[in-house]
Amino acid sequence: MAGEFGNPEVVQEEVDILFIGGGMACCGAAYEVMRWADAAKAETGIDLKIKLVDKAAMDRSGAVAQGLSAINTYIGTEQDPADYARMVSNDLMGITRDDLSYDLGRHVDESVHLFEEWGLPIWKTDENGERHDGSKGMPALKDGGKPVRSGKWQIMINGESYKWIVAEAAKKALGMDRIEERIFIVKLVNDKNDPSRIAGAVGFSTRDHKVVVYKAKAILLAAGGCVNLFRPRSVGEGQGRAWYPVWNAGSTYSMAAEAGAELTMMENRFVPARFKDGYGPVGAWFLLFKAQATNAIGEVYMVKNKELLNDYPPYGQAAVPASCLRNHLMLKEMREGRGPIYMDTVTALAKLRETLSPREVKHLEAEAWEDFLDMCVGQCGVWVGENIEPEKKNSELMPTEPYLLGSHSGCCGIWVSGPEDLGAPTSEEHAEADKIPGYLPKGWNWGYRSMTTVKGLFTAGDGVGASGHKFSSGSHAEGRMCAKAMVKYCIDNKDWKPELDTSPEQLVADIYQPVKTYLEFKDYTTAIDINPHYITPKMLQFRLQKIMDEYVAGVATYYQTNAHMLAVAEEKLEMLKEDAMKMRAKDLHELLRAWENYHRILTAEAHMKHIQFREESRYPGFYYRMDKNFVDEENWHCFVNSVYDKNSKKWTVFKRAHVDLVDKSKLFKPAAH
Amino acid sequence: MPTYVRTDKCDGCKGQDKTACMYICPHDLMKLDKDGSETGHAMKAFNQEPEQCWECYSCVKICPQNAIEVRHYADIVPLGGSVQPLRGSDSIMWTIKFRNGTLKRFKFPIRTTPEGSIDCYGGKETAKLENITKSGFFTASGGYRAGNPAELIRK
Repeated sequence: MAGEFGNPEVVQEEVDILFIGGGMACCGAAYEVMRWADAAKAETGIDLKIKLVDKAAMDRSGAVAQGLSAINTYIGTEQDPADYARMVSNDLMGITRDDLSYDLGRHVDESVHLFEEWGLPIWKTDENGERHDGSKGMPALKDGGKPVRSGKWQIMINGESYKWIVAEAAKKALGMDRIEERIFIVKLVNDKNDPSRIAGAVGFSTRDHKVVVYKAKAILLAAGGCVNLFRPRSVGEGQGRAWYPVWNAGSTYSMAAEAGAELTMMENRFVPARFKDGYGPVGAWFLLFKAQATNAIGEVYMVKNKELLNDYPPYGQAAVPASCLRNHLMLKEMREGRGPIYMDTVTALAKLRETLSPREVKHLEAEAWEDFLDMCVGQCGVWVGENIEPEKKNSELMPTEPYLLGSHSGCCGIWVSGPEDLGAPTSEEHAEADKIPGYLPKGWNWGYRSMTTVKGLFTAGDGVGASGHKFSSGSHAEGRMCAKAMVKYCIDNKDWKPELDTSPEQLVADIYQPVKTYLEFKDYTTAIDINPHYITPKMLQFRLQKIMDEYVAGVATYYQTNAHMLAVAEEKLEMLKEDAMKMRAKDLHELLRAWENYHRILTAEAHMKHIQFREESRYPGFYYRMDKNFVDEENWHCFVNSVYDKNSKKWTVFKRAHVDLVDKSKLFKPAAH
Repeated sequence: MPTYVRTDKCDGCKGQDKTACMYICPHDLMKLDKDGSETGHAMKAFNQEPEQCWECYSCVKICPQNAIEVRHYADIVPLGGSVQPLRGSDSIMWTIKFRNGTLKRFKFPIRTTPEGSIDCYGGKETAKLENITKSGFFTASGGYRAGNPAELIRK
């Protein structure tokens, strides 16, 4: 029976493995899983049923939808996974899981080699050091081709169709009968007989009046990070121009939290300093074109303010200071009235022209534009509208509103089981270990790589916390690691049958509540959006953004907060969470927005609670607790983790010990003077 | 906006239930106005929530009629510029017009293999369950970096 608005068709399905998301991580999982599923069938006779659902279309879903101009994680033959783990740790102020970073570092290049084989053009350097785009038939990376390094870890690509290519391989691997697009999963369901185990997921079609109820043994939740939980700098049409994709709604963190999964480092955020308003990438400008960032009068703030780095030992003494500290040095100029901040493109290009031939200059100009056109066309829109040609006019830089993510220069996310062969701790030994809820695992691994603390629930990409800097390639590799472990989990649990802890009828009613609310009350007032019985998802989002911006260290306060402001936010967020139950949805599109915003609220609440718990300012330049405006290595060189109770709607926040698995002292030089 | 759809070019993907732009938009923004009740233009698509547009150009690139263009965010960008692509099977051409009339054109490769040609498991290794808990993937292209064991200080 076809459903209708307010009375959806209910489709129930039982699978072994469910992938939620269609971005790089789930595409990686889709590719890796079939080979292991084939092995399971051949060697044990177990025929695994697998399904992938994506709220968008895989060809252009996730953070790589628009394309990319670089692959930011390619280790290569000259560097060691330990070097990579050190870099990740340093950029995230020392609190990352070396086991996760190191493991990613040893796996990631396999995915990059596949991308190139599938057709992704990767720039190459010839024997004279000249750069060529990826269509010139030069040797592949796996055959010794030399990539163009825009930084130690980054390689340049012609990446407009990056996601299209990776999705094609994933779709072919799985087969379209195992894939359903435009399905938005909004809740995970625990097992009736074991609340610490996952048993299914529910969601709805954004195209048809249909609710889906899946039972699954193993679920990979990889639905991106969180954007638009803070008020963006542009609040008109431009509010969609977030740096990270605006469709990342915190679904990964909130659904995992409600299922009981332990979160980690949710106080962390990323505030990228990018070209103002368009948020175009700066990496190639800094690293490839050697441009410098200055204040309004041309002073290079990284030189001028370098002594500020001494306030944060040992992190300030790293050869490359952490992203947050670079922001910290920039923000001093802005706060003290020496803005705008500029990227000095004019000087950089003039210098390059001194040594290049006219042909090479033309190539350089194309490279500079391609950097935007491949991944951030909106920045070109700003440049053409403002008549900015980078060789003639410098461009403003600006730190964005905060985003939550675990795959870029951020490390919030979910606490997952790591590899067992790297010397990671297997017990909890620190002063406050007794405050960790007793049912949670001890140490850094508990059987299945990338499994959360909920049995059968896995995550990857932005979902995995306490790591970071995996980017597109690393997220793909992490999805592949999940797939292997999920097949193993299903083999080990072949006789177990999932049972949902909530009836399908109740789940359907919960999901469609905003529609019911709308239909029940819409005729009470003449103006459809103004009604005492409901709130539109859009207004609810504005309220969330206002709270986060003004009290939880958004742009309005130059990223500053304190315990008092956080207490106000806490109270306001609780009321907002209650009011979220009164969201209306006048159509399926608005139902999508309603649930996205519910996910944003829970993610925002986790962020606030973690900042409140961590009594220091671990990420100067990303946020400041002005009442604890220091990095406190003695008391806070540790993970901050939390669990959420969906029944009481309360958070429990606690510490876990941090240890180094690789030596970090190699990073640091004596203090600058 | 964001993206806008030209009335003189959009054909609603010839009366199919779902247009190419609806299919591709990562944020569910494009909508087909079947009876014209929402825009006054029946059987043409429109951006139903322009302030949520990321300007990712997915719809612009996929539109078979080249009916979708972008008027950049009005609350940020002065009028008059345009950035318009023509995406082919192996390359993309960009025409960039500045507010002051300056014109630039660029062409970049987008893939080195024909679309749809990926043979994802062709010639690839198979997996064996004895390796399922070991490090590494089923593929072995020389990209696995085992690392120097001496770097692991707790082992």
